[in-house]
Amino acid sequence: MSIATATTLPRWRTPSALPGFGLSLGFTLFYLSAVVLLPIAALVVRPWEIGWSGFWNVLGDARVLHALALSFGGSAIAAAINTVFGLVVAWVLMRYRFPGKRLIDALVDLPFALPTAVAGIALSALYARNGWLGAPLEAIGIKAAYTPLGVVIALTFIGLPFVVRTLQPVLLELGREPEEAAATLGATRVQTMRRVILPTLAPALLTGAALAFARGVGEYGSVIFIAGNLPGVSEIAPLLIVIRLNENDYAGASAIGVLMLAVAFAMLLALNLLQAWTAARR
Amino acid sequence: MRPVFRPRAATQDHPLTRWALTLVAAAVVGLFLVLPLVTVFTEALSEGLATALNAFREPDAVAAIRLTLIAAAVAVPLNAVFGVAASWAVARFDFWGKGFLITLIDIPFSVSPVVSGLIYVLVFGLQGWLGPLLADHDVKIIFALPGIVLATMFVTFPFVARELIPLMVDQGRDEEEAAVSLGASGWSTFFRVTLPNIKWGLLYGVLLCNARAMGEFGAVSVVSGHIRGLTETMPLHIEALYNDYQYASAFAVASLLAMLALVTLALKAILEWRYADELSAVHHH
Repeated sequence: MSIATATTLPRWRTPSALPGFGLSLGFTLFYLSAVVLLPIAALVVRPWEIGWSGFWNVLGDARVLHALALSFGGSAIAAAINTVFGLVVAWVLMRYRFPGKRLIDALVDLPFALPTAVAGIALSALYARNGWLGAPLEAIGIKAAYTPLGVVIALTFIGLPFVVRTLQPVLLELGREPEEAAATLGATRVQTMRRVILPTLAPALLTGAALAFARGVGEYGSVIFIAGNLPGVSEIAPLLIVIRLNENDYAGASAIGVLMLAVAFAMLLALNLLQAWTAARR
Repeated sequence: MRPVFRPRAATQDHPLTRWALTLVAAAVVGLFLVLPLVTVFTEALSEGLATALNAFREPDAVAAIRLTLIAAAVAVPLNAVFGVAASWAVARFDFWGKGFLITLIDIPFSVSPVVSGLIYVLVFGLQGWLGPLLADHDVKIIFALPGIVLATMFVTFPFVARELIPLMVDQGRDEEEAAVSLGASGWSTFFRVTLPNIKWGLLYGVLLCNARAMGEFGAVSVVSGHIRGLTETMPLHIEALYNDYQYASAFAVASLLAMLALVTLALKAILEWRYADELSAVHHH
């Protein structure tokens, strides 16, 4: 296929004056298959050696169920918190002028850039009983480190940039015209916010929250240090995969892995649909 | 000075709202994002500068730094070449299944780091697809350097492609088509037209790719086997020190990675500010 000339092009590609189609696509597909697709296939095939019943046995275990509930529930709560804070941060960064704005804008990406293990031990120290934030929280009776709350804190840390970075370009594109129109038609600021701005931002907010949620479900490094990892209390699903692997229980690890992979693919699909919807609305 | 009455524009928030929201945003970024970063450095110095510096003299720490550099030195260039090839194929040609291909390239970003490591264990591990074959030939991939490099390649796979594809789509094909129609060969078109056009975008992708490659924890942790001085990267060494209650040393090594993160963020901000037009439109704001 790759040596096709302009006259004998297969029907699946449109002619182009540029060379290198065969080489670039060939290398892309080879590298993609070798590094990503084949190894993933190895996981998808694996748990079926224990059969459906074995698969459900692994997932039906109380400890596994709790870990899954914590990973999904914690990520959902963190995504909800980030939707609110992310909106405020994005709004302030795009609409106001104040000293240090550029610095704050750059720092929003810190959770992307800071290695998860570093974030993990730092959050753990910060929210520990004698930590800078842990001590005041302890004083008002809130235990953060080594509890499910610690998991939520770590997942909120990890997820914030997703919401902010998804909202910023949309806020920029939105401009001020719709707000001006609303104001000239007599809307108050609150009405404009509720009936014009928020509905316009809704797809982006949802996208950002979904990205933060997807990242949170699989997150490992930043969580395990602050979580304390008590089975049935503060143990997350990815950690359970690691524990199963250390026990040489490959089928058990794969069963949880396949479920998490399925969720990741479902999220990827949902995000693609969400983006198509957003694009169609413009 | 005479006070000037300036009516507030209809699209401006009330000054009080503005103050309150700015304060909330600053508090969120300060307490949630910056304070953990500050903690890394203060904890590193909690037992004095000498202890912190000693952490880097440990042979295990030196080995961990070396391993991290090796893994990044293999994974980042490979993924950069892939990113360029993929964006050339996707942005310069029309073919069936293009959208699906782009989605496939994004997969590693949506997979849990732990699952990313697990898949390689299931291919190359002792109980994996190729495990028996590899054992017969005495090749070690899992719990050895190749596994660590592979896991790093997987988690950093989309970075460069993801930056370059939208950039090259934006730039269009005109310049390259002009070069080719004037008689330039494919490679000279690439090196003299395309590469100069995408160099800042490429650097941007490589920068993010490298930061993740050096900082990856979950995926590498699963395939590493945690053999001190042999298969521990810097993030794994940090975990080992931390679990050994050597907090100051753990945070000292962590501060090195934190500095890498800060340098990455600074370079990223400079690129976005200075060369915004030559990066993919996603970063214009």
